[in-house]
Amino acid sequence: MEKLQQHTINQNEAVISITGLYKSFEELEVLKGIDFTLYKGENVAVLGKSGTGKSVLIKIIVGLLKPDKGEVIALGKNVTTLNRKELDELRLRIGFSFQSSALYDGMNVFQNLAFPLQMNRKNITKKEIRYAVEKTLDSVGLKDRIKQMPSELSGGQRKRVGIARTLILQPEIMLYDEPTAGLDPITCTEIIDLINHVQHQYNTSSIIITHDLTCAKNTSDRTAMLLEGQFVKVGTFDEVFDTNDEHLRDFYNYNFIQ
Amino acid sequence: MNNFWNRKYIFNKKIDQYFKDVYDAYQFIKLFFKEAFRKPFHFKETINQCYEVGIKSLVLITLTGFIVGMVFCKQSRPSLESFGAASWLPSLMGIAIIKALAPLITALICAGKVGSGIGAELGSMRVTEQIEAMEVSSINPFKYLVSTRILSTTFAIPVLMLYCGFISLYGAYVNVHAEDTSSMLTFYQNAFSTISFLDIFEAVFKSVVYGFTIGAVSCFKGYYATQGTLGVGKAANHSVVLSMFLIFIEEIVIVQVFNWIRYF
Repeated sequence: MEKLQQHTINQNEAVISITGLYKSFEELEVLKGIDFTLYKGENVAVLGKSGTGKSVLIKIIVGLLKPDKGEVIALGKNVTTLNRKELDELRLRIGFSFQSSALYDGMNVFQNLAFPLQMNRKNITKKEIRYAVEKTLDSVGLKDRIKQMPSELSGGQRKRVGIARTLILQPEIMLYDEPTAGLDPITCTEIIDLINHVQHQYNTSSIIITHDLTCAKNTSDRTAMLLEGQFVKVGTFDEVFDTNDEHLRDFYNYNFIQ
Repeated sequence: MNNFWNRKYIFNKKIDQYFKDVYDAYQFIKLFFKEAFRKPFHFKETINQCYEVGIKSLVLITLTGFIVGMVFCKQSRPSLESFGAASWLPSLMGIAIIKALAPLITALICAGKVGSGIGAELGSMRVTEQIEAMEVSSINPFKYLVSTRILSTTFAIPVLMLYCGFISLYGAYVNVHAEDTSSMLTFYQNAFSTISFLDIFEAVFKSVVYGFTIGAVSCFKGYYATQGTLGVGKAANHSVVLSMFLIFIEEIVIVQVFNWIRYF
């Protein structure tokens, strides 16, 4: 489960750059001035309590939500000003793994993975689709589940198929929304290993939204602590929690006591 | 004046929400016409949905159509006989079934069966983030899910209506045949002798409008479902209730318009 340090992080090349980001829902202010940079090749874990706006942040990055104020530059494009076509082109380069996995209920595992390919690669043959699906499923260790329906899979398997579905488009950035939420410790370890494996094999840069400190510690190169809509500390996992700040200590102690 | 613009609600929360929903529905239909006739076309998915709407409703339509035709004929016979006009029964059946009953029965059955299905399916896709998953995979969920479903109900329901009309007439014929000994050919000839092309056009036109209404309403309710599983139930329920309500309103308007056309 230990994080391997074989990958290279290019601190001169930002793949996501966020400045002065604000978002509120009616009277509830969720994000209050976020500044953040994700560099090429690194994994950043965003930690925070439920309802602090972690998921909102990555949904803004991928254009599912519009910010009230601020700028999000992803792979050199300003997400907030893109039209539909440009946004679709950008989304092909960003993978998004949902907390609920969001597998298509009416399709089996093969169809779930083949669907984004069929829709986005016009001239791809059936044989090429089959090869790509099998290869991607193999990389998440689920090649033998190819014909099963999502309802027949366990929580951990669903997460892995969800991640495989995003990987099949070979994204440059991965956004994981609570990848270990609701899973038992053994399955959590498998998902953590998978996140690290994806970083090395696919050379992705990732943002991992989580409130699971074990996941953050073992997957991230940097950790960012989100509190009341703002990043209060960004650094390595040890740097972030080497503090006397009451809120951070509480979060740390609560997680590890749990 | 400043006070007016600073108000939280123009009327109150419910009335404001009602007008917002009407505006959203208008935007939804506008988006459908924008997306449905623009490339890429999802023919395969549209055919799949036509199968879901059409073939899978056949048994229900057959049973209901047959029984309605038979019962309507059985109940009309005594009145006509009392005027010595029993021979007009096939003509009456033709007018009643083709002009009014078949379009309405088909639409109401489809509103219940297909409308609730679409509302619940899209609603559950919304609350389990499957629609967002399509968006982040660069797939246009509106085009793939909504346009195909609205097109399929718009195409399939008129076909079902014509089928329902023939089956209802057959039900009526079975009843007539049980009492008299008229042949099926004579019955159908008499039934269609009083029906003009405009009558059939009116029935098909009505079905196209009803089909579009059922598709648009159920997709709208499902696509914008909120509040988790509770929202899925609400979406399915509202799809049926609102579709049926609109179908009756449209029935009044279309009948009136076609009466004017006949008059002129």
